[in-house]
Amino acid sequence: MKTFKMGGVHPEENKISNDAAIQVIPVGAQMVVLMNQHLGAPATPVVQKGDKVKVGQLIGEAQAFMCANVHSPVSGTVAKVEPVKDAFGLLKPAVHITVEGDEWMETIDRTPDIKRECTLEPAAVVAKLKEMGIVGLGGATFPAHIKYSVPEGKKAEYLIINAAECEPYLTSDYRVMMEHAEEICIGISILRKALGVPNAYVGIESNKPQAIARMQEVARQFEGIVIEPLKVKYPQGAEKQLINAVTGRKVPSGKLPIDVGCVVSNVGTTFAVYEAIQKNKPLIENILTVTGKKLPTQHNCLVRIGTTFADIVKHTIGELPATTGKVISGGTMMGKAIVNLDAPTVKGNASVLVMDEGEARRAPETACIRCGKCMNACPMGLEPYLFSSLVKAGRTEEAQQSNILDCIECGCCFFSCPANKPLTDEIRLGKNRVRAMMAAKK
Amino acid sequence: MNLLSISGSPHVHSDESTKKIMWRVNLALVPALLVAIAYFGLNALLVSLIAVASCVLFQWLIEKYILKVPTTIGDGSAVITGLLLAFNVPSTVDMMWIVVIGALVAMGIGKMAFGGLGKNPFNPALVGRVFLLISFPVQMTTWPVVDGIFPMNFDVATGATPLGAFKEGALPADVTLWDAFLGHVGGSLGEVSALAILLGACYLLWKKVITWHIPVAFIGTALVFSAILWLVNPEQYMDPLMTIFTGGIMLGACFMATDMVTSPMAKSGQLIFGFGCGLLTIIIRNWGAYPEGVSFAILLMNSVTPLINRWCKPARFAA
Repeated sequence: MKTFKMGGVHPEENKISNDAAIQVIPVGAQMVVLMNQHLGAPATPVVQKGDKVKVGQLIGEAQAFMCANVHSPVSGTVAKVEPVKDAFGLLKPAVHITVEGDEWMETIDRTPDIKRECTLEPAAVVAKLKEMGIVGLGGATFPAHIKYSVPEGKKAEYLIINAAECEPYLTSDYRVMMEHAEEICIGISILRKALGVPNAYVGIESNKPQAIARMQEVARQFEGIVIEPLKVKYPQGAEKQLINAVTGRKVPSGKLPIDVGCVVSNVGTTFAVYEAIQKNKPLIENILTVTGKKLPTQHNCLVRIGTTFADIVKHTIGELPATTGKVISGGTMMGKAIVNLDAPTVKGNASVLVMDEGEARRAPETACIRCGKCMNACPMGLEPYLFSSLVKAGRTEEAQQSNILDCIECGCCFFSCPANKPLTDEIRLGKNRVRAMMAAKK
Repeated sequence: MNLLSISGSPHVHSDESTKKIMWRVNLALVPALLVAIAYFGLNALLVSLIAVASCVLFQWLIEKYILKVPTTIGDGSAVITGLLLAFNVPSTVDMMWIVVIGALVAMGIGKMAFGGLGKNPFNPALVGRVFLLISFPVQMTTWPVVDGIFPMNFDVATGATPLGAFKEGALPADVTLWDAFLGHVGGSLGEVSALAILLGACYLLWKKVITWHIPVAFIGTALVFSAILWLVNPEQYMDPLMTIFTGGIMLGACFMATDMVTSPMAKSGQLIFGFGCGLLTIIIRNWGAYPEGVSFAILLMNSVTPLINRWCKPARFAA
């Protein structure tokens, strides 16, 4: 079975919400939709206070190059357009909507029928991805229309679908594969034709045998979709590692997947692509896992983007257990701790992961014993211990020369450090300093 | 509800800890300790206990009264130094007080003077051992002769080690390769039995505390280099297998050269380090003043570890 060659760790998988079917979370009374839910510049609001909006109506327009459209997830009246604190405490521009009814745009096909035929030209597919505000749902929220516009002089040879879901706890990709395999395959076919590549490879870690079987069964009815079971190893779902696992190629430092002929798309994104292209449905919904070892029940749920984390908790587990220590959006390896449960969800959110007090605290840091475990675990072949001392000493230039910017922040170094040194934190700090230094030099 | 805590990712940790690593090393030293007690009796047990107790005590005293920091004796690293120091001295009655001085030098100068665990450039046990070798040359080279199993008497006959005898002229006729492998020969307390040491090393390899690179490079280099010499002149140079099973090569290669703190971090660096240790050991043994050179070889290579770390970088994912 294939996997990436260098480093990696194997954290406890904890896929305890595997069997929870996707449930629909009701819409709240007031919805807040952030204007930057994607990598790049925020979208520009195109509605004003008092405007009536329908579900799926454009409310934020992508005017910069690196940007994506934002659509209203609900119908109602715009209450105000003003910034709000997001889940991590940062002020972000937002449109606040008072919900009235559930009136959808007429253009959106809401029938349950699966539409297989797609006759759109590649350029039209890309244009529609842009119109529908599709972004990568694997975590980076990279605008899809940019990813599928292959720059001149470069050629895509591989389309790789990221269904590794290597993060502990997360099961939303798994559920989408189990419940929407056919739509996913249609989405993959659309992207494959848009890129003009012969085959799409779907990388799924072998701890999801049912998803592999389901996808293989459905993919047989399609041309050019290869299901690729992968040996379980974190961070398999990191873009460069997945490309290495599936094709054996290595994306050079500072380059993009397209530089080695690859385009990688998350499996959840392909489902969104299907809905956008075939059903005219913009990206207004998201599938999240609500999970935690101490929770009474486990959930996978479909939420309108803009639903608050508190509402998701209310409609799934009722309330957080009294012993909750930390709530994370994302998995335990790369997810971010939420500081504000009343903040709205955005396109990239994958989970509400509830950790108990006991799990939430780090063990105290002890002295580095130079064991080299961080180095051996690093999937990028870097020296985390070295970055740690360089960053502490303020030696930013040396950190840059030691390729600190290659770090993908997967967390393998901190995870495996016997001295509990917060290596990933220190590296993040160092990367920011290097970027600031480079910006100052320009 | 309580306030939620926040932190950067990752939010989980492997169950690995420094303490676990150190106690695993201590556990891996137990077979060699048991062999030492079996062959050298009560003396070996007492020397080991005194060495361990003094190392732990000195670290505690230094941390509490000089550095004024919370004590870390629970992490087991001082116990390792104590055991290794004891393993590197003869098991005689004299050693029961001399080893206390060795412990003070090992912990005080070898380790705590640099700031404690993780900061020392040289293996502390070897610093202590070499200090004793130079300061107490007679007591440090008075070797008890192995006599039966678990001798209870304190006063034992003394004799030469295979390496010492060879330096003076020739190997004693009655020492077989098998004796050297099992440890039924004279020598420092914990170094005699290659079998017991390899058993401990296998445990460390299994638990991923050490990797094969340093021991294999060290022993392999010693084996190849001594084989070449032996092929050139079997009269003057020792049999290569006898070479690696006598003296401190096994203990040094498996437990002291592999000390994480003082050895290189990249695999390529570890191979160079092991090669250097093996080469220097054979050079000192054959052309140096001392019959044994493992301690000096490892200390010399310790001194170039920062340089090796600078040259030997891990392979990057894609440059």
